[in-house]
Amino acid sequence: MSNYRIQGATGEWEVVIGLEVHAQVTSNAKLFSGAATAFGAEPNAQVSLVDAAMPGMLPVPNRECIRQAVRTGMAIEAQINAWSRFDRKNYFYADLPQGYQISQLYHPIVGEGSLLIEADEKAGIEADKVIGIERIHVEQDAGKLMHDQHPTMSYVDLNRSGVALMEIVSRPDMRSPAEAGAYLRKLRAILRYVGSCDGNMEEGSMRADVNVSVRKPGDEFGTRTETKNVNSVRFVMQAIEHEAMRQVDVLESGGTIVQETRLFDPGTGTTRTMRSKEDAHDYRYFPDPDLLPLVLEEDFLAECRASLPELPDAKRKRYVEVLGLTPYNARELTAEVETFARFETLLAETARATGKDDAAVATQVANWSLSVAPGVMKALGDEADLANATAAAQAAILAMAERQEISGGQAKEIFEIVLRTGRDPNEIADSEGLKQVSDTGAIEAAVDAIIAANADKVEQYRAGKEALFGFFVGQTMKAMQGKANPQVVNQLLKGKLG
Amino acid sequence: MTELTSLGVKDIRDGVAKGDFTAREVAEAFNAAVAEAASLNAFIVTTPDHALAAADKVDAARAAGSELGRMAGVPIGMKDLFATHGVQTTAASHILEGFTPRYESTVSQKLWDAGAGMLGKLNLDQFAMGSSNETSYFGNVTSPWKKAGSNAAMSPGGSSGGSSAAVAARIAPAATGTDTGGSIRQPAAFTGICGIKPTYGRCSRWGIVAFASSLDQAGPMARSVEDCAIMLGAMAGFDPKDATSLQMEVPDWEAALNADLRGKKVGIPREYRMEGTDQAILDSWEQGKAWLKDAGAEIVDVSLPHTKYALPAYYIVAPAEASSNLARYDGVRYGLRDLPDGVGLQDMYAATRAAGFGDEVKRRILIGTYVLSAGFYDAYYTQAQKGRALVARDFALAFEQCDVILAPTTPTASFPLGSMNEDPLTMYLNDVFAVPASLAGLPAMSVPATINADGLPLGLQIVGRPFDEQGVLNAGLAIQQRAGFTAKPEKWW
Repeated sequence: MSNYRIQGATGEWEVVIGLEVHAQVTSNAKLFSGAATAFGAEPNAQVSLVDAAMPGMLPVPNRECIRQAVRTGMAIEAQINAWSRFDRKNYFYADLPQGYQISQLYHPIVGEGSLLIEADEKAGIEADKVIGIERIHVEQDAGKLMHDQHPTMSYVDLNRSGVALMEIVSRPDMRSPAEAGAYLRKLRAILRYVGSCDGNMEEGSMRADVNVSVRKPGDEFGTRTETKNVNSVRFVMQAIEHEAMRQVDVLESGGTIVQETRLFDPGTGTTRTMRSKEDAHDYRYFPDPDLLPLVLEEDFLAECRASLPELPDAKRKRYVEVLGLTPYNARELTAEVETFARFETLLAETARATGKDDAAVATQVANWSLSVAPGVMKALGDEADLANATAAAQAAILAMAERQEISGGQAKEIFEIVLRTGRDPNEIADSEGLKQVSDTGAIEAAVDAIIAANADKVEQYRAGKEALFGFFVGQTMKAMQGKANPQVVNQLLKGKLG
Repeated sequence: MTELTSLGVKDIRDGVAKGDFTAREVAEAFNAAVAEAASLNAFIVTTPDHALAAADKVDAARAAGSELGRMAGVPIGMKDLFATHGVQTTAASHILEGFTPRYESTVSQKLWDAGAGMLGKLNLDQFAMGSSNETSYFGNVTSPWKKAGSNAAMSPGGSSGGSSAAVAARIAPAATGTDTGGSIRQPAAFTGICGIKPTYGRCSRWGIVAFASSLDQAGPMARSVEDCAIMLGAMAGFDPKDATSLQMEVPDWEAALNADLRGKKVGIPREYRMEGTDQAILDSWEQGKAWLKDAGAEIVDVSLPHTKYALPAYYIVAPAEASSNLARYDGVRYGLRDLPDGVGLQDMYAATRAAGFGDEVKRRILIGTYVLSAGFYDAYYTQAQKGRALVARDFALAFEQCDVILAPTTPTASFPLGSMNEDPLTMYLNDVFAVPASLAGLPAMSVPATINADGLPLGLQIVGRPFDEQGVLNAGLAIQQRAGFTAKPEKWW
């Protein structure tokens, strides 16, 4: 349960949130035509006769778009409907050439599924929580109107017209902006793992309609509003916060919430009315007579299932249970496709370089990937050439560290030089003198000298002041110019101090 | 040269192949006949150059000894519902006046590939909505037929009325038609020619201006069963661009034509004995039974008990689909745009569509919009779909007892233009025998049977099992051979 509450004048209010996410299907071609789908093309450069709804043109389903929707459904462990159907949603607008959108109202391709959001105390999510997903259906995107090209006319760009979208509809299971944010991030990760959507919210590949209502804890659901087309996780959270507060204000001042469609203004972080239920369209949905029902064969479903990669939850579990990572590290590493991909490559390289098991070096590689390496890169800023941060170079550094040839500090220094110059880490370690001294003789000499020079402290230590151990370590390291292997130093000091 | 225009598809094709005459001679003869027949108003635009170019290609191919297509040298009329590259395509509407596609419909392309040429784009009821060819923005088509003792302009039927008039008047040996609820069969019956609507999905709908997608089917209209078989063979075939296209081999219908019906059963649906059907029509139906029996078939009674739901279901489903299919004519991208000064998008839609659509089209858009509206959908559209399913099941059950069904094509012969305009319902009733096969997606054909007391042609309809165009054509051929229908309209144009 979420503890997120809005403190109103009449007491605490709970927020109820459901999200409808529109995710552009990754595919070279549109849902019902062969036109291309690349982002950023010249206006109307990617429009087929079908997309422009020329007379007599017919839609033909693009198998790849269907496949991606099915794989996505499988990734959220949803029911896959072997029989589904396309419906027409009828309305007039200049960005909708057919005068209807082909969608799936009555029989969506994907039914009930769910997604897990993880406990995140910092965000106020106290425990893992399963968010229900009601359905996923596929539909066409509309084109785009450009109002700033002409003083009195609007221009129409149909490049997006007919692009395949998945509409992923959650249950009203979220109770705080943080949960909604976590849901969106998790959903985005799953889509990107599966490869069915690039999740790029800035380019509009993923956007959310946000349904919000408020109620006194324990009461029935309140009337909801729907805020359309919010295009970042942060904005979704802002929209919920603002909309929930607004609804509480309205209710507490004796008003009622009107079921309506609202718009989010990213500039002010507020929402405003777009159209109320009275103005709502009658979309006159009916089965698209140009298309036969979509029947998915067993072979097709089997191929979809076989093609699924390891998904975030399974991966996270494996990282903890097999690789021995901390839950925190596992979660951080599995959150993004790029992150785990880099981690797994580096892990494999490091295992090879050290001749050890993945599990034996995983914690070291995880710490390096999540904190050490990013820290060095950040400190260097523009001076770093990230192309130099190859897995091979990093694995070489990690292997030296693993063999105790270099210290943690030296590893960072070497990586810095690698980032600046692209030089070989082993060569750097040798030529720059960035190696630890593990030669017991040299260290022993230094230890002996320090013990001799600090007879009083030795006395005190032996009398029980154990905190002084650190002083001896520090002095030894100083004498060795920081290059002594700390483990050897510790061992020798312990022996000599008794 | 007048000789040539009396020839049909088969004779032209064979004559060209044998060298009895050239394809160019044929094209010139028909181009001239078309030019003389402007008073029929069968064509919206004529394309004599297209016909000549196609003919020259065939003549050159023949001279080079190349294999000739199954329609080689045959100039045809193209219903103006088929998109034709570089040639205005209007669906007989103002809203598409001047629209010139940069693409060619699959069916027309297949015909050109088979060696046919185009005489012109044929007039029709606007967006194929009508049964008399009186809803065209480009004026009525007048049938070449006259009622005995009257000079009244007669209806060629609809919606493929330009097609039926042209073929009956011998200004085209054949023409394409489309049939949504009888639009090939009813005009064929009215004008004494043959026309077949194949199984839904046989002919690609790609590039045909849509009326009601789940019903629309293209088919040939010609003066003999053989000609229909030849031309349908050129038109049919799987098209990956149409998701409802049948993924099946196209049989060689022409080669398999066989009027020997021994071992076949012909069903006579008792529910088709309806009030308001002309006695002459009922008589011709009896005559048809006798002919098929003579051809060796056994006549059996069958029942199609849900026939009474066919017309109401059709007049819900077809307008529903049409209301959505015609939404694209909005003045934004092509066709007519009526943009009064200083108005916004919604006003542009209203003005454009008010000016661009005729009354019958508007009526059906309104009906279709209504039956799909929230609160009415279940009462109308869902019920109509149930009715449609029952009609289809009736046929499926009947075809357990028979191979083809014989029925009248229409309840009356042709009527004078303007005589049915009082009440659209009386016009809709003219398709009562044609609509059931459309709802069930079945192959159905009209073949001329006889002439009534007024000297007007009457047709008989044969309906077959799904994909059994051959059975339909064979029964049609048996009727054709026995009917000996040779009547033709007296030339008055």
